[in-house]
Amino acid sequence: MVFFKRKPVKTVLVCCGTGCLANNSLEVYEGLKKRIEGAGVRARIRPVTKATGCNGLCERGPIVKIQPDDIFYCGVKAADVDEIFERSVLNDEIITRLLYRDTSTGERVKSHRETEFYKRQYKIALRNIGEIDPASIDDYMERDGYRALKKVLTSMSPQEVMAEIEKSGLRGRGGAGFPTGVKWKQCERVEALPKYVVCNGDEGDPGAFMDRSIMEGDPHSVIEGMLICAYAIGAEKGFIYIRDEYALAIKNMTTALEEARKRGFLGQNILQKGLNFDIEIVRGGGAFVCGESTALMASIEGRVGEPRVKYIRSVERGLWDKPTVLNNVETWANVPVIINRGAQWFRSIGTEGSPGTKVFSLVGKVKNTGLIEVPMGITLREIIFSIGGGIPRGREFKAVQTGGPSGGCIPKELLDLPVDFDSLTESGSMMGSGGMIVMDDTTCMVEVARYYLQFLAEESCGKCVPCREGIKQMLGILEDICAGRGREGDIDLLLDIGATLQEASLCGLGKTAPNPVLSTIRYFREEYEEHIRNKYCPAGVCKELTEFYIDIDACRGCGLCEQKCPVGAISGERRRTYTIDGTKCIKCGQCREACRFGAIKNRGRRHEDNH
Amino acid sequence: MPAGSIQEGLSQAKEIIGKYPREQRFLLAALQDIQKEYNYLPREALALVQEHFAVPLSRLYSMATFYKALALKPKGKFVIKVCDGTACHIRGSTLLVEELQRLLKIGPGETTPDGKFSMETVNCLGSCAIAPVMVINDQYYGRVTTAAVGKILEDLEAKE
Repeated sequence: MVFFKRKPVKTVLVCCGTGCLANNSLEVYEGLKKRIEGAGVRARIRPVTKATGCNGLCERGPIVKIQPDDIFYCGVKAADVDEIFERSVLNDEIITRLLYRDTSTGERVKSHRETEFYKRQYKIALRNIGEIDPASIDDYMERDGYRALKKVLTSMSPQEVMAEIEKSGLRGRGGAGFPTGVKWKQCERVEALPKYVVCNGDEGDPGAFMDRSIMEGDPHSVIEGMLICAYAIGAEKGFIYIRDEYALAIKNMTTALEEARKRGFLGQNILQKGLNFDIEIVRGGGAFVCGESTALMASIEGRVGEPRVKYIRSVERGLWDKPTVLNNVETWANVPVIINRGAQWFRSIGTEGSPGTKVFSLVGKVKNTGLIEVPMGITLREIIFSIGGGIPRGREFKAVQTGGPSGGCIPKELLDLPVDFDSLTESGSMMGSGGMIVMDDTTCMVEVARYYLQFLAEESCGKCVPCREGIKQMLGILEDICAGRGREGDIDLLLDIGATLQEASLCGLGKTAPNPVLSTIRYFREEYEEHIRNKYCPAGVCKELTEFYIDIDACRGCGLCEQKCPVGAISGERRRTYTIDGTKCIKCGQCREACRFGAIKNRGRRHEDNH
Repeated sequence: MPAGSIQEGLSQAKEIIGKYPREQRFLLAALQDIQKEYNYLPREALALVQEHFAVPLSRLYSMATFYKALALKPKGKFVIKVCDGTACHIRGSTLLVEELQRLLKIGPGETTPDGKFSMETVNCLGSCAIAPVMVINDQYYGRVTTAAVGKILEDLEAKE
């Protein structure tokens, strides 16, 4: 933000994160830029247009913010550009129809800060996202950027830096939750040189995109975090491993590195304090297992990304067998703030065992989807119902999946569970990198388990037998259950193979691979049994076990289902009722999704047996 | 690639490889750049990589088959990536795949005989908030419906 003492200069911020770009925010940005630059001296004010990173509310994109009034417009179209310029940039008017409508109160609010979605959030890792132009190092520096680096180089010894991070209780945000300060200390103690600092930006969990957003929207915070670690442990070289799919993150991070070099924050004799450190970007090759630390290092070395057994940890022998500190993007982004504001302050947020905040991508069957950052210890209920606004279309909450393919599904009985590393693990799921996928009663838990196993079967590197063969067998059983070929004893067999995988796999991928299956069996066993015994998929997802019909009592004859059906299987008469032709129906569920009266029901194959 | 253009085509590969020092750690990056240039890894280009980095061809093969970003077969002019991340999956990405299959008569991982379209399913594009998502040559399409799929393909055909 740019402020002058007398007259505040208006700043127009157009979100250009991946989510908004998909909704054509670039057109809006170009349009506004043209109008503003074209206005010249005629305008009383001269706003600055910026392309920012992700705002979090991707679903309502493109998002345009006008500072300093904090006006928050969403769903902006190119056609709205003129009106925004005339009314809100040149003048101080607010265009009501573009304001965000709060899902809980139904009212339009002027600033995003007034919404339920933002009110309960606490931004540390995402502090700059959507507020700064990621391509501008000046923007970052105006918001305390590189102040922490200056502080450690001028007034703290490496020992003091590590002690501060350890005292803060910061734990690895990549999912495992290892204490960051302890990791740094262990690496510092090893005598071998050189040492390496690595950033894991290979965000592979389906349903998680917090790291993408940070790398796209605030790349300097990651660089600064890595610099502070380099000073503490005595490293001269760093690597940022970014997923190949994240084109914008790679671009913005490359720009940021160049800028940092120009300003003397990277390179030789940084800030004339004798620190030498530089960072290189390595593009991932599109392999999920490379998110595992040893596989990631193998990939940086230019090899196939297979993990190794970790009896010697990478803080001792990591990249090229040298001592290496590897942390996740979000962890790095936390570091400068902790240095600036102190360990005490950081500890005051979150819980005793998990201080600070965590970023989640709240997605799936929830009204407000997007990135959120909340203090640890907040309950799932608060996240899903207060911030997320609950389940759309009046459907019922069924489960929330956390931790990606290594995590599990948490049922509604545990909605009051506080979210931190330890309690999530206890529930049979895990924190993971922060994907939070909400599921309603039209999501089949057996099919979700099958989905994750299929994902893992494809991504298993194949090096160790339990993972390679075990996942394949479990997947086969789940496919059978979903296709109506489930047999008595299948559940026990799944539990048995799962236990073997947990015990005997080489790396984290295999050890945690059974979690989606084990947790769904633990909490949704009846659903498995319905599939196996009654050949019935209660959620109406498994096609072989689903037969949709229209409940005549509930149907109002609006005809929406007929319009939505892609194969013309629904016929009937308006204001009377409709029927589904089972021979044509492809069981896509679009009619059920569309029906506002809940008249589309599923009777499964049980019904056939009765005939 | 037509036979006449192989030599000409290889000059780009030579240029790409020449940028990298002869160190193993640049192997993946070099392969990715070649993939980007040609949309796949031509055998002739791999021979150049083999020579430059002094690694056996079998190693390149193992990398090419391990990393999803690399392909040994040419991909279509338009590469359609349907996201099948969890959020997209529960919001109906399978239906999009089925619709594409119906319209293009190819399955995931395949290319149309005219070389125009390739279809792939990918794990997560990190755009879950606008699920289900499709990406065609770096252009994102959010909240895609089965009805929109046909329209998107038509637009691409028209662009040609």
